[in-house]
Amino acid sequence: MIFPATISRARLSGMKTAVFCACLLPFIVILLSIFGIAGLGLGANPVEALIHQTGLWGLRFLLITLAVTPARRLTGWHWLVRFRRMLGLFAFFYLILHFLSYAVVDKRLDLPTIFEDILERPFITLGVTGLTLLVPLAITSTNGMMRRLGRRWQQLHRLVYLVAILGVWHFWWQVKQDIREPLVYAAILAALFAFRLWRRYRKPRILPEPVGSSG
Amino acid sequence: MIIKRPNDIKPSEITAESIYLNRRQFLRAAGFAALGAAAAVSGPTWAARERSLAEFTELKKSPLSTDEEPNSWEDVTTYNNFYEFGTGKDEPHRRARDFQPKPWEVEVVGECDKPGTYGYEDFVGPHAPEERIYRLRCVEAWSMVVPWVGIPMGDVLKRFAPNSKAKYVQFTTLLDPEQMPGQRWRVLDWPYVEGLRIDEAMHPLTIFGIGLYGRELPNQNGAPLRLIVPWKYGFKSIKSIVRIEFTSRQPVSSWEGALPREYGFYANVNPEVDHPRWSQASERRIGANVFAARQPTLMFNGYGEQVAGLYKNLDLRRNY
Repeated sequence: MIFPATISRARLSGMKTAVFCACLLPFIVILLSIFGIAGLGLGANPVEALIHQTGLWGLRFLLITLAVTPARRLTGWHWLVRFRRMLGLFAFFYLILHFLSYAVVDKRLDLPTIFEDILERPFITLGVTGLTLLVPLAITSTNGMMRRLGRRWQQLHRLVYLVAILGVWHFWWQVKQDIREPLVYAAILAALFAFRLWRRYRKPRILPEPVGSSG
Repeated sequence: MIIKRPNDIKPSEITAESIYLNRRQFLRAAGFAALGAAAAVSGPTWAARERSLAEFTELKKSPLSTDEEPNSWEDVTTYNNFYEFGTGKDEPHRRARDFQPKPWEVEVVGECDKPGTYGYEDFVGPHAPEERIYRLRCVEAWSMVVPWVGIPMGDVLKRFAPNSKAKYVQFTTLLDPEQMPGQRWRVLDWPYVEGLRIDEAMHPLTIFGIGLYGRELPNQNGAPLRLIVPWKYGFKSIKSIVRIEFTSRQPVSSWEGALPREYGFYANVNPEVDHPRWSQASERRIGANVFAARQPTLMFNGYGEQVAGLYKNLDLRRNY
């Protein structure tokens, strides 16, 4: 299926519904697993599995969100940007679930222990910092906020790069010894950064802008 | 031979009372001969994808067992840390299926009068297997209750007549990347090595594990012979042992060598000394419901009464 550089409003709206449902799928699977429905389960250490699954999906959606711009540039499908807010908010959603799995399900809102963890365990400090930085981005994700903040909106939302670095770093420091899985995430993040740097510093070439480009 | 499906075994079935009372008739070496015979009879299935595990005909109960409810066979055999078969918890039980723990030999060397290479039957045979239901606390802050079958390590080690220079015992796991796919990648410096002070090794709680739930040890649990020291973090309890060395110098264990700031030689369960990256104050019991609370971790994993004396003059904060 070849997509054009622009697509109709109706088609975009249909696709948005489909993408929304797809993004919700991991949540549904996790939910079914918690209650052992449809043969799904969280295994012998369910709390750990819950924390890991929500965290992994949060990180995945963060990287998918960061992949939107490179994907647009490479394919010329500029309407992809219309999905970016939804993907970013799903990253935030899964990371909030990740934090709640840790703070409520695992630690049962034992605040002294949670604060001790945040202050004394570097990987938790990183994770909580990253999630905290995502909060203003989620709050200012509305059209109204975008208009109101103008140029500053983009500056503010560059924080997402820092959040992604913190997220991968948090994962890296959490594993015991086998760093292969966080390494995959780090490599993807590095590739996404490399693409941006390459775009920025490559020798300017005269290329026709794709038709219908709107930013 | 009747081989029950492991999932069908209830803890109450592990040792029938009649067997317990019949203990006098216990066949020591003959008991192991029976095991061997059982293995021979089930020869064709032996080579099947999953090794059938012979049952121990006689099992002595132990006052050292906990009365806590053991974890299910499924939990104990599918949630494993055994990096020789992969670093995921679910990898050992899938990737250890073809592992051949028979025949097996153990090399005994170092500061002792009777060094040598002992076949599994010679090594284990003279000792009456006991059921030992122990708590197991992993350094990753989860725990289980496991109904091991074991033989007291002290009784075994004494047979090799350690001399006065034997201050420590070093254990080594099999090195065989063909059979142990996890060893094809250097996540740790293979082979896995562990060590105990000689008094720790001789302690009545310390056993060689040779079985689980009344039958032979499954591959993923460290077949055919492993260490079990219940008051230490699980990684001390080295699996699939092929070499035992009595030594005058403190061995460097694999995790200690890899990350000395995080894992020490002693690795005693201690809720007051945190791992640098996570708290050791509480633990999650495997098999519990997702909404179940964590439980507090006990000093020496609850075995303080028996073992605290071993560490009277030791700073446990420095010797973690």
